Amino acid sequence: MKSFRRMAYPYLIWSAVFIVLPMLLIIVYAFTKEGNSVINIQFTLDNFAKFFSDKVFFYVLRRSIYIAIVTTVVCILLGYPLAYIIACMKPKSQVVMVFIVTIPTWINMLVRTYAWRGILDKNGMLNSILGLFGIGPIQFLETAFAVVLGMVYNFIPFMILQIYNSLSKMDDSYLEAAADLGADKVQTFMKVVLPLSIPGVISGITLVFLPAVSSFFIPKLLGGGKYVLIGNVIESQFLTSGDWGFGSAISLIMAIIIIISMHITKKLDKDNSAEGGNG
Amino acid sequence: MKKKKHILSKIFAGLMIAFFYLPILYTIVFSFNDSRSLSVFDGFSLRWYEKMFHNSDMMESVFYTIAIALLATFISTIAGTIAAIGISKSGRILKGVVEQVNNLPIMNPEIVTAIGLLMLFSSLAVSKGFTTLLLAHIMFCIPYVILSILPKLRSLDPNILDAALDLGCTPVQALVKVIVPQITSGIFAGALIAFTMSFDDFVISYFVTGNGVNNISIMIYTMSKRINPTINALSSLIIAIITAVLLILNITPIILEKRKEKKQK
Repeated sequence: MKSFRRMAYPYLIWSAVFIVLPMLLIIVYAFTKEGNSVINIQFTLDNFAKFFSDKVFFYVLRRSIYIAIVTTVVCILLGYPLAYIIACMKPKSQVVMVFIVTIPTWINMLVRTYAWRGILDKNGMLNSILGLFGIGPIQFLETAFAVVLGMVYNFIPFMILQIYNSLSKMDDSYLEAAADLGADKVQTFMKVVLPLSIPGVISGITLVFLPAVSSFFIPKLLGGGKYVLIGNVIESQFLTSGDWGFGSAISLIMAIIIIISMHITKKLDKDNSAEGGNG
Repeated sequence: MKKKKHILSKIFAGLMIAFFYLPILYTIVFSFNDSRSLSVFDGFSLRWYEKMFHNSDMMESVFYTIAIALLATFISTIAGTIAAIGISKSGRILKGVVEQVNNLPIMNPEIVTAIGLLMLFSSLAVSKGFTTLLLAHIMFCIPYVILSILPKLRSLDPNILDAALDLGCTPVQALVKVIVPQITSGIFAGALIAFTMSFDDFVISYFVTGNGVNNISIMIYTMSKRINPTINALSSLIIAIITAVLLILNITPIILEKRKEKKQK
């Protein structure tokens, strides 16, 4: 079997160069001074100090997290009911509905996000419909609303599919047992269905929060220049101002925040399942 | 899970579907609009398509997108298959390490992968353009190919491979005639994911490309600073291509199966 094992080696080398090395470069750039060569590397925390001493960056970071949390919550509130409705359908309609939810995710995100500009524009479709009722025109673009809408639109399919997966795996006999033991519909949902679907919600949160907190083209397209998030700051450090050290430091800070929030959600999940096991 | 259907739930599902497809329909409808208006349809026209086909930058971006997607799919599917087979036969430690590293690009925010690659290419002094774009796409496609093939390999019966080797197959023959045919569905699934990931990618491409080599996503991003209906035409073209790919891939297996059934009858 050894000859087959060797087939993994080229990829091992490839991933060392193209996956591990770039991550190391980010760390190196974040902690070293600009303009040093391979021989002369100087350690520094200036990049991090710059981030935390400037209120603007901190404010942008807070806003990014806030937007990502709002997006995640909206995705759960809208996605859970739809996942539940799909899971209650006939098996054949379930397949069709899952397909319907999945198709948009195959289409370029930029294309779908750009479409919202035409809809939300001051002279756009939504305002002309509202105009028929004598409302508006309302400024939708370049607001937090537009950014959250764009993010919900792009990321909600992941939430729906995750919750649907956990709901559709659920054993019907639990529901029958609950009904036999005298639980009404609301009780069955709250005490049986909801707790059992939490793992799906958790993985949905991961799939929504992570791209939401780091997104930079949705705020750019729908928020205009006025609604800057942390991803936009990283982009400009690399592509306009050329301060790679600072850009790397910001991405590290963002990565750490993501890792911490993943950890918290996973822990919540574990606590929850432990509770369910004991009860 | 079965329950009585409520009218409210039907309305909610309908609204959500409308929410998903409204922007897509809007793009297609207004790509045929005769005016620049964003809200009024002033009659059918192909002028934006004409403009698109005469815009050499746009047509170039379509070419690059398709070329990169095909090349990246082809290379990453082969490389991913080889790597997946190797991983599945590796010892526990090596397997664990490679699987962890393989998950990094999937778990990392795209922008982090993007800036990492940007710095890698410039420290290796590779000039930005087609090569860097292709390398980056191969890099983020392989993990998905591996992920879709590994489960298939895990469910294989190792005795069959042993039997093939015992009966005098060379390892290469055993690979081609025994292992690969059993994991074809995983390979195809991986190739499909790789193609759509590459075709749709924006963030990583945006950071690693240069020297005028743009894909469609970058094109839309840079052109979108002003309202420009030509983008709708380009968007509709992408929607048409992806829908065609999806339809072909979903319908072909059904037709093939039906033919098989007919032959058996």
